[in-house]
Amino acid sequence: MDLLRDIFINPFVEMAAMPDLFLQTLWEGLVSGVLYALIALGFVLIFRSSRIFNFAQGIMVVFAALTLVGLYAYGIPAWIAVLLTLGVMFVLAVSIERVVLRPLVGQPDIILFMATIGVSLFLIGLGEIIFGGENKQMITSELGIPTGETLLEPWGGLLILPHLDITVVVVGGVLVAALLAFLNYTKMGRAIRALGDDHQAALSVGISLQTIWVLVWFIAGIIALVTGIAWGARAGVSFALEVIAYKALPVLMLGGLESITGAIVGGLMIGILEKLFDGYWGYPILGGNTETWFAFVLALIVLLFRPQGLFGERIIERV
Amino acid sequence: MKDTEGYVTADGRQIGGVLMEMKNITLKFGGVTAISDISFDVHEGEIRAIIGPNGAGKSSMLNIISGFYTPTVGEVWYKGAKRPPMKPYEVARMGVARTFQNIALFEGMTVLDNIMTGRLTHMNASIAAQAIWWGKARNEEMENREIVEKVIDFLEIQAIRKTPVGRLPYGLKKRVELARALAAEPSILLLDEPMAGMNVEEKEDMSRFILDVNDEFGTTICLIEHDMGVVMDLSDRVVVMDYGKKIGDGTPDEVRGNQDVIDAYLGVPHD
Ligand SMILES: Nc1ncnc2c1ncn2[C@@H]1O[C@H](COP(=O)(O)OP(=O)(O)OP(=O)(O)O)[C@@H](O)[C@H]1O
Ligand SMILES: [Mg+2]
Repeated sequence: MDLLRDIFINPFVEMAAMPDLFLQTLWEGLVSGVLYALIALGFVLIFRSSRIFNFAQGIMVVFAALTLVGLYAYGIPAWIAVLLTLGVMFVLAVSIERVVLRPLVGQPDIILFMATIGVSLFLIGLGEIIFGGENKQMITSELGIPTGETLLEPWGGLLILPHLDITVVVVGGVLVAALLAFLNYTKMGRAIRALGDDHQAALSVGISLQTIWVLVWFIAGIIALVTGIAWGARAGVSFALEVIAYKALPVLMLGGLESITGAIVGGLMIGILEKLFDGYWGYPILGGNTETWFAFVLALIVLLFRPQGLFGERIIERV
Repeated sequence: MKDTEGYVTADGRQIGGVLMEMKNITLKFGGVTAISDISFDVHEGEIRAIIGPNGAGKSSMLNIISGFYTPTVGEVWYKGAKRPPMKPYEVARMGVARTFQNIALFEGMTVLDNIMTGRLTHMNASIAAQAIWWGKARNEEMENREIVEKVIDFLEIQAIRKTPVGRLPYGLKKRVELARALAAEPSILLLDEPMAGMNVEEKEDMSRFILDVNDEFGTTICLIEHDMGVVMDLSDRVVVMDYGKKIGDGTPDEVRGNQDVIDAYLGVPHD
């Protein structure tokens, strides 16, 4: 009886009793949701255009953050270091296309997947040689990211909005919106979507596989840098940062590997739901720490009822 | 010389000089010879048909023209120059547009977006300019939108502009595929069985569109078709293939009277 109360009644009573806390939880969910959505978009764009699940996405986050911090440590001004890091991510995209994708095109998908494991091992090695493996500080204030917090008092309660989080939501939101506009209203964006739908037809209208591959890997690199800065600002820059990419896996299970909308909506949803669950159910009933697994369980449950994911077309088995 | 001068058709249209020439094309897949030593040319402004029984090698020929297959032996001459081996996207950028025997559309995208991809070959603005939708990129987008709207009007598909292609019936998909190819304003348009699987009415519409495209824009068209009535009505000259060989080449009337062609279609056994 008590358990039923804890599940079905108490959480909602509490939400109503302390709306400021509820808002706080939603806000924190939104902050991580934006990051999940971004990372998931990186996976989806690469998967759609080359059928590759990019295992290296997590290490790319670390590598981008390490490069940025490392360049700054060499005495390069923070914003120049950002531009140079973007340059490095572009060179990385070109190299991956030349050295890994082009020679392996036509091989089974699993081979290409393994090749991205190779890429991530290579990046770990390279990062350690150049920048060393120890934990570093993200250059947050040097980049002009504000560190204070804004306090609001809705209904006489308290809502804390750290300026770092506001920056993350704004920058992440703008980046997602810009990517959507790019995909929908430019020819290159249309080419990326087209290639995901039908390779043959894409070739026939003059789309070059190589160009698109470089482009989507570069976009994944930009996303890696942004998420690296955002996550690195709280957790420090180390190889542990790569977990942010794995947090996007349930988003992909939910939203589908091919759906751009799925990545965005799924990312926000999981970010918010995992915070709500932890705050109102996980902590009171299970003692907390549910954020590490909740998203996966949620994805599995949804897939039980909707095997095609939230946004996939219904899968009809051909017999 | 007839070839460089062009000619006048039976219905009095002036046809230009040679636009494309296939020279001694042979195509092998392992041990299978799909095409053996075929030569023919396509003149500027003409409607050229390739016909032949199933498996004759017609689609393979179109795939060679559009760069999807590389001939084992032989040369493709285009606009007076020998074409080096090229990828399909490079051929597309030289003004060759095509449709496929098994419709190849971007199913998740709207009709409008599908047709817009036809404009990719006319892309000049840099990726960076496109990314911020700026200056030249923006003007280009507007210009392309205009051309695409014209094509949509021309093919009478205004009503489905915003429909995702995956939801369209077969006949309309074929029309959208044609629209995407037309949006490229191609020098040569390759159509692989544009009327396959259509009912009589749809076939009549499609025939009219093909004739109008050729007539209004002077587009050179090379098409594969099984319906003999349609082929004979539409085309200026016909290549007949059978088992990878060319067994006839000429005006519809010439081809109709050719004994080899009659045998191939009546199924006279090969020796
Ligand atoms: N990619 C390929 N790999 C192997 N064999 C092929 C390939 N493409 C075509 N062929 C073979 O080449 C021959 C000619 O095929 P093609 O598709 O060109 O014929 P077609 O004249 O278009 O026939 P249809 O009227 O049925 O479309 C066939 O024997 C076919 O099996
Ligand atoms: Mg065919």
